[in-house]
Amino acid sequence: MALDADWTRRWIELVADRVAERKAELSHLDRDIGDGDHGENLDRGFTAVRSRLADLDADATPGAILKLVATTLISTVGGASGPLYGTAFLKASMAAGDAETLDDRLADVLAAARDGIVARGKAEVGDKTMVDAWTPAVDAAAAAPDAVAALAAAADAAEAGAAATEPLVARKGRASYLGERAMGHRDPGSESTALILRAAAEA
Amino acid sequence: MSVGLVVVSHSAQIAAGIVELAGQMADDVAIVAAGGTDDGGIGTSFDLVTAGLEAADSGDGVVVLCDLGSAVLTAETALDLLDDDARARVRVADAPIVEGAVAAAVAAQAGDVLEAVLSAAETARGSAHADAAEPGVPAGPSRTLTLVNASGLHARPAAELVQLIATFDATVLVNGVDARSMLRILGLGLDRGATIEVSATGAQAREAVEAVAALVERGFGES
Repeated sequence: MALDADWTRRWIELVADRVAERKAELSHLDRDIGDGDHGENLDRGFTAVRSRLADLDADATPGAILKLVATTLISTVGGASGPLYGTAFLKASMAAGDAETLDDRLADVLAAARDGIVARGKAEVGDKTMVDAWTPAVDAAAAAPDAVAALAAAADAAEAGAAATEPLVARKGRASYLGERAMGHRDPGSESTALILRAAAEA
Repeated sequence: MSVGLVVVSHSAQIAAGIVELAGQMADDVAIVAAGGTDDGGIGTSFDLVTAGLEAADSGDGVVVLCDLGSAVLTAETALDLLDDDARARVRVADAPIVEGAVAAAVAAQAGDVLEAVLSAAETARGSAHADAAEPGVPAGPSRTLTLVNASGLHARPAAELVQLIATFDATVLVNGVDARSMLRILGLGLDRGATIEVSATGAQAREAVEAVAALVERGFGES
């Protein structure tokens, strides 16, 4: 399987489908420890992405597709996940460059996305944020023998990372106001990260 | 022109209210609200912030005030996507949004440059402890005065005081705190009837003290 423009479009379409299916669940996680809009915000963003993707040139590269996702999320999501995922996709698109496929640079693309989130949100591993899903995913992808294995490993690691946020006290974002009351709840951003990376592995 | 301000809040009503409040003390400053999402909901809008940065920038720069975390993320993302020239004139203040906006507006109205307006906003962080912050030994000429106006040294008179002082080449202390900082003046909590000691150092120390005395004695134009 080549991680080409067709794959990139399938990936983003699959993310849009799954966000739409799971938006109530994501917002429910957010209602427990945040402002309760994560699912709706992401759904608004990826619905806009889907519609703009249909208008994008048929010969757009993976990098151009990722850039469209970035600018659309930044201007349509409305919550913190807009600038965070927007910056992630923007840095990913820069790492993708003009390449026709991402097979030889997938680990770099994922690392660039994670680095963008860290630079924007200034969170570290253990702060109970999406970084807790991204960082193990990036590490797992870097250790995998090829791109397909890397996607599967990244998705598994992100899901484990999301589950591991449950006992944590939040140090960033709205949940940080809750102190120890955030313990026992999964961080919604880490869950949506796992969703996005699982979709990448299945696209 | 002057430094402009952009107020980024999750709520359109909060942003509009802060613009109204800060604008009361800064007639000539461009203060732009960027509150809520594009469709009027709770959240922040990249497009509103970007448009606000453009509207507030007269060439002297823009200070951005934000409420909760994702407002900062949206503002910083908007900043990253400006061209280099425009971005060089924008600062995101690390300040409480209401107090920071008021302090920045007064400083901008007084003609302060970008870094000074930013610093005025950021002094708002410590305003609760302003009265304990500076020992302030008066070294130059000083006057002891009584506040005769109805509201004492509250927001509007304090803004007038700060703007008056900005016209002199002098460092002025009111009861030991730096009178360039409106928030520190407000932090003194001085009501009608309070006694204040005004002192100054610098080339125009005497003129500054006399001008402040005249302003206080005529009750800041209040009855």
